[in-house]
Amino acid sequence: MFKHSLFEKNSIFLVIGILVVVAIGGLVEIAPLYWLKSTIEEVKGVRPYSPLELAGRNIYIREGCYTCHSQQIRALRDEVERYGHYSLAAESMYDHPSQWGSKRTGPDLARVGGKYSNEWHVAHMIDPRAVVPESIMPPYAFLLDRLLDPNEKAAHLEAKQVVGVPYTEEMVAEAAADMRAQADPNGDHAGLLERYPKAVVGNLDGDPERLTEMDALVAYLQILGQMVDFTEVEPEQLVQ
Amino acid sequence: MPTKIEKDRLTGKETTGHEWDGIKELNTPLPKWWLYVFYACIIWSIGYMVLYPAIPLGTTYTKGLLGWSSREQVRDQIADARERQGEFLIGIQESSLEEIRADSTLFTFAQRGGAVAFADNCAACHGAAGQGNVGGFPVLADDDWIWGGSLDSIHHTIVHGVRWEDDPDTRFNMMPAYGDGLLSEEEIAQVTDYVLSLSGRAPEGADLAPGEEIFAIQCAACHGEMGEGVTDLGGPNLSDAIWLYGSERNEIMAQIVNPQHGVMPAFQARLEGETLKMLSIYVHALGGGQ
Repeated sequence: MFKHSLFEKNSIFLVIGILVVVAIGGLVEIAPLYWLKSTIEEVKGVRPYSPLELAGRNIYIREGCYTCHSQQIRALRDEVERYGHYSLAAESMYDHPSQWGSKRTGPDLARVGGKYSNEWHVAHMIDPRAVVPESIMPPYAFLLDRLLDPNEKAAHLEAKQVVGVPYTEEMVAEAAADMRAQADPNGDHAGLLERYPKAVVGNLDGDPERLTEMDALVAYLQILGQMVDFTEVEPEQLVQ
Repeated sequence: MPTKIEKDRLTGKETTGHEWDGIKELNTPLPKWWLYVFYACIIWSIGYMVLYPAIPLGTTYTKGLLGWSSREQVRDQIADARERQGEFLIGIQESSLEEIRADSTLFTFAQRGGAVAFADNCAACHGAAGQGNVGGFPVLADDDWIWGGSLDSIHHTIVHGVRWEDDPDTRFNMMPAYGDGLLSEEEIAQVTDYVLSLSGRAPEGADLAPGEEIFAIQCAACHGEMGEGVTDLGGPNLSDAIWLYGSERNEIMAQIVNPQHGVMPAFQARLEGETLKMLSIYVHALGGGQ
C-alpha cells in the first residue's frame, strides 16, 4: 500500500509525514497538560501583576535576568528546604511567558519576595559586590536613572487581556494612577491594594520623588512567591 | 528502480536493492547489540508505564501500580529527615534559648543548623560572617546591639523583623527628619559637633554647649543621655566607633537632616520555629551575645 518510495520521490509527502510524526509527540507530551487537573490546579491568592510589577517584569525580561535566575522551585528536598514550598503551575498562570528557567548561575527567585528589604535590593542592584562579595552579578545602577512613563501602562494591560490575563476595565482605567501610587510612600494605596492584594508599596528605590525602573524591578521582586499563602493550602489539595 | 538484492563484489556485503543511475546502496544493518538494547528499552518502558504515572486520560492519568508522585516523595523525604533529627528538633522546640545554650548537644546542633540558615537567609545583608555591610546593614559579630543582644531580644528581632509592616510585633521606631524645620541649620551643625564629641571626635575649637542642650532635649530620649544607646527603643549607640550610615561629619549630619531607616523582614512566616531558635543561638554566638 504505502511504499517507501512514495516518500522518497515526493517531497510534499515527506514533509506531511514528518509533521504527522512530530505532532504525535506534541499530542502525547504537551496537549494533555492543558486538561490534566493536576497541571491546571487552582490556588487561592494568585492575581495579575500590578502595573508597576508588570513594568518590573518587563525590565527583568529585558535585562535577561532569566538567563541566570530561574523561578521554579522543584519538588526536591534540597530545593524545598532552601527556597521554600515547591512552585505550583498556578503561581505562574498570568506569566506570559513564564520565567521558570532551567539554569541557575544565581539563586532561584521564585520566592525571593519578602526575603530582603527594599533597601537591600537597591544596594544590591547598584553594586552586587557591595553586599555580597562573592557575587558575579553585573551591576544595574543605571535603573535608577531611567524614568518610567505610567501613561503607557494601560495599553500594556489591555495587551495582557488579549492573552487571557483577567485585568478588569477598572484595572486598565486606573493603571497609570496605580503605577504612580505604588512607588509613592504618601500615595493613596487603598484602591491599589484592593485590586492587587499584598503589593509592596512605598519608597521602593530610595527616591520617592521619581518613578524609576528600579522602583518597578523592586516591586516585581518583592511580590515573587508572595501571592499564595501556603499556610492556607491543605497538603492533600496538592498531592496529585 | 530494480529491487534485486545482490552481493557487492568489493565489500562482500549485500545491497539493499536500491539503485540510482548505477549507484547501489549497501545494506549495513544496525549492530546486533544496539538492536537488542533498543528492544530491551521498549520492554522496560512497558513495565515503567505499568508501575509509574504514564498515560493521560483527559483530566486525569494512569497513576501506576506504585502510586508514585514527586510531591508525595518530597513530602516523605522531608518528613523522614525531620524524623531522623527528631530528638534534637524536639529538644530545640521544647527548650528555652538559655537551656539550648547550656546543653552542649543541642548547642552544637543549633550552631550547625543556624549556620546553614544564616548563610541562606541573613548573609546577603549582614555578611557571611555577620560582619555587616555599609549602608545600614548592622554588624552582628560585635557587641553593639541596636535592639538588644540577649538571646530573647535577638530571637524577637529575627521572628518579627524591624519596621516590617506586616508584622504587628515588629521592632519599630522612627527618627524625625530634623531638616524638615524641627531644627535650624545652625542647630543641626551644633548637635552634629556634639554627637561627634560623644565618640571623642569633637572638632577642634567647637563650642559644644549649645549642641549638648539640643541633644538633651531632642536625642537623649532614644539615644541615651550620653549617647550610649537605648536598646529597648532601638536607639543606636552614638558613643562608640560603630556607625550604620557612616561616621564622617557630613554623613552624621545627613542622618540628622533626613534619616534613613533600615528594614528587616520578619522571618516567622518563612522559617520553621526551631530554625528561628537555631538562628538566634548562632547569631548570639557570632561574637557579641549578651
